[in-house]
Amino acid sequence: MENPYAIEMLHITKKFPGIIANDDITLQLKKGEIHALLGENGAGKSTLMSVLFGLYQAEEGVIKKDGREVQIKNPNDANDLGIGMVHQHFKLVECFTVLDNIILGVEPNKHGFLQKQEAREKVLALSERYGLHVDPDALIEDITVGMQQRTEILKMLYRDNEILIFDEPTAVLTPQEIDELMQIMKNLSAEGKSILFISHKLNEIMEVSDRVTVLRKGKYIGTVETAKTSKEELSRMMVGRDVEFVVAKDEAKPGDVVLDVEGITVASKVHSNNAVKDVSFQVHAGEILCIAGIDGNGQTELVYGITGLEPLKAGKLTLCGQDITKAPIRRRSVMGMSHIPEDRHKHGLVLDYSLEYNMVLQRYFEPEFTNKAGFLKRPQIRKYAEKLIDQYDVRSGQGPITVARSMSGGNQQKAIVARELDKDPKLLVAVQPTRGLDVGAIEYIHKQLVAQRDAGGAVLLVSLELDEVMSLSDRILVMYEGEIVGELDPKTTTVEELGLYMAGAKRKEAAQ
Amino acid sequence: MKKILKNQAVQSLLASLLCVLAGLLIGYIVLLFINPAGAWEAIVTVVKNFFYYPSKAAVVKYFGNTLVKTAPLLMCGLSVLFAYKVGLFNIGAAGQYVVGVAASLYLALALHMPWYVCLIAAMLAGALLGAISGLLKSYCNVNEVISCIMLNWISLYGTNLLLNNVKETASPYTFNLVNVNASALIPSMGLSKLFAGNRYVTIAIPIAVIVAILVWVILEKTKFGYELRATGNNKNAAKYCGMNEKRNIILTMMISGALAGLGAALLYLTGFEQWQCSQSSVPGMGFNGIAAAFLGGLNPIGTIFSSYFIQHITNGGAYVDKSMYCAQISDLISSIIIYLCGFVAFFKYFMNSAIDRREAKKAEKLARAETEEGGQK
Ligand SMILES: Nc1ncnc2c1ncn2[C@@H]1O[C@H](COP(=O)(O)OP(=O)(O)OP(=O)(O)O)[C@@H](O)[C@H]1O
Ligand SMILES: [Mg+2]
Repeated sequence: MENPYAIEMLHITKKFPGIIANDDITLQLKKGEIHALLGENGAGKSTLMSVLFGLYQAEEGVIKKDGREVQIKNPNDANDLGIGMVHQHFKLVECFTVLDNIILGVEPNKHGFLQKQEAREKVLALSERYGLHVDPDALIEDITVGMQQRTEILKMLYRDNEILIFDEPTAVLTPQEIDELMQIMKNLSAEGKSILFISHKLNEIMEVSDRVTVLRKGKYIGTVETAKTSKEELSRMMVGRDVEFVVAKDEAKPGDVVLDVEGITVASKVHSNNAVKDVSFQVHAGEILCIAGIDGNGQTELVYGITGLEPLKAGKLTLCGQDITKAPIRRRSVMGMSHIPEDRHKHGLVLDYSLEYNMVLQRYFEPEFTNKAGFLKRPQIRKYAEKLIDQYDVRSGQGPITVARSMSGGNQQKAIVARELDKDPKLLVAVQPTRGLDVGAIEYIHKQLVAQRDAGGAVLLVSLELDEVMSLSDRILVMYEGEIVGELDPKTTTVEELGLYMAGAKRKEAAQ
Repeated sequence: MKKILKNQAVQSLLASLLCVLAGLLIGYIVLLFINPAGAWEAIVTVVKNFFYYPSKAAVVKYFGNTLVKTAPLLMCGLSVLFAYKVGLFNIGAAGQYVVGVAASLYLALALHMPWYVCLIAAMLAGALLGAISGLLKSYCNVNEVISCIMLNWISLYGTNLLLNNVKETASPYTFNLVNVNASALIPSMGLSKLFAGNRYVTIAIPIAVIVAILVWVILEKTKFGYELRATGNNKNAAKYCGMNEKRNIILTMMISGALAGLGAALLYLTGFEQWQCSQSSVPGMGFNGIAAAFLGGLNPIGTIFSSYFIQHITNGGAYVDKSMYCAQISDLISSIIIYLCGFVAFFKYFMNSAIDRREAKKAEKLARAETEEGGQK
């Protein structure tokens, strides 16, 4: 009988200092199936995929391709075996075009001369066949994350890869783009490609996958057929308990104005127009105000303006009655503004610092952590970090002394959230606070945000996730092309209506 | 064993040693090409340095000489290292060193100041030069490498001009400190006795070591060091959490400059050397500091040892047989070795992959043995 498996990873064990990231894990990928890999943050999903892609060498276990044992020592070996991977953080050359990125490393040539026309035809044919729309001549830095991802996928297809690994592909996409990606994955599997798919979003897994393998704390829990399971069962397998998907919260009791935004304008980095145009709104104590919108409509720049990362071109900012229009970042922070940044690697962490040093990034200068002579109080820092690690369940190999770089994506995020929430801020600016978190962690963070609100804090939430927007917010402002095009009440609005505003099809003047 | 080899500190040390060996080997090969007859002897001479002398007293005395020149090199190494931790490449250590010479010698020879005043002046001069690069970097976004290189030359010729006022009439060299102002000599406090009366051995050497330890403490233990390293590792995160990047860049360049300037004073105020006012190239001390910093694994304590080693090789080069090789051979050999010192990171990578490969092979063998066993049963 023919072997039904394209890839078999048998009894894989991979250790890191202080932790067994993969402990005797077996994963079998059938030909032509979409196989989802599910697990808590730090469960070892990325590690397992990195072993398959040749980035790490497993200490124990074998990998078989079509029933034959293979050695994968580096990504080139993986490529030769037809294995391709789209990483959680894309690996594209920013100043190259889409086409150049796709053919990078496998440029077709004749007598040493580049045959770009040939490559272009192949790329266009592939893009047509799988519905992967890209502009081959656009520069990577100018295109959306969604198109960057399609470029990554084309890169795999261009190399005739048969086994495709997607590590949290949807974490950075808008809902529309996610739908597209689901369709693309279905097309690919219909064409006979085998797909490994990591996601924390159970809806996606239910929609697109054929089978699901669940990991927990580095161990193999089981493999189930998607058709015979449910979201609830999956989350139970994953975290070992029942998870509430909807946050329970009482009516908001808005108090005084905490942040007053008056007609602010922020320049754009990419084009000559302003990214934020004359935007005004207020955030009150005891409410969660959400800025919704499709990625790239000025939300990032709005947050930069409010937090002080970019200067304002016009307008006025008032925090708790004090003018902070020109205040430096440190002053805003000391006054009670916290900021969970959109990009955890760019802003949120010093990746080469230990976890404990990252935990005090916003507070290291306080008398609690620095003595009068300017020396850091190491024992206090350690104690504080341990408290946060414990409270927020931040998992890592070596606890406080783990280098942030080696932590799993979700645990890095948890560390940032812990740090920012524990400051007990008057205003919390949270951008995609649950990006890349598992369902259990999302539940916990959502509860914390609501608790923050109930304790009288103001929360400004920027999120692309419609579910999160609808369940968490007390008020929704929709941003479109740098302007606020509508204010909605989550209790009376439907997702469809919200979608219309976000797409710019509908607008009304924001009620002040 | 495996665990020890995977330890970061041990790896840095091993990588540094490997660099040294590779440098010596290539140096040897170059010597072979030039004149095979004396190659082995020459390379042995370089490594032996002061052990070249038969008498114990002479060995100790010339060991002292190597130490005297290690102090300024260590300072330049620290200067480069300090800036590098903040993500700046201070190639201007050379120029900061030169203005340090100018300030200390001018105050000593023209204004007859005591040694500690000259020392402080040298630091201030270096700091000032560093501040220029720092200001240009933070307010005008001028790359520090460019501004530093320019300043190196400006300071060289400025120093030549200034020290022309205190130079001997018959030679291009500045006055001898002993004759003009002995109070400007750094005191020896009995250290010279330990080195067979080598009067150039002064407290400059312990001062240098203490400064290295201080630099380590500042970087690792203080709030200031925390900010600096955060800025060096991730500028955006430093900005995000409200660190004052501009101020930190300027301060860093000032401290780096002060370190290099201090290095100059620690050498010239021993009277070991005089400045040659017709000098037309920037002294190599500042540039060798780059090698010292990298060979020392960018660790202040490691830099103490690496700068000694580099100085050891440089001094040793002077003893190579000049009838077989041209006079510049000593510089050539030490430069090759110093050049190789920059490859610490590369060697580290190389070592790691070698360990991994060995492990993989071992595992494979084991697996094969097991299957064979299974087959026999
Ligand atoms: N290079 C590394 N060095 C040391 N430890 C590591 C390294 N990479 C991962 N780990 C550790 O291995 C564990 C598993 O990490 P992994 O990235 O595989 O998790 P994950 O399942 O992908 O989680 P997430 O959902 O948060 O992305 C984590 O505890 C992490 O700290
Ligand atoms: Mg991951």
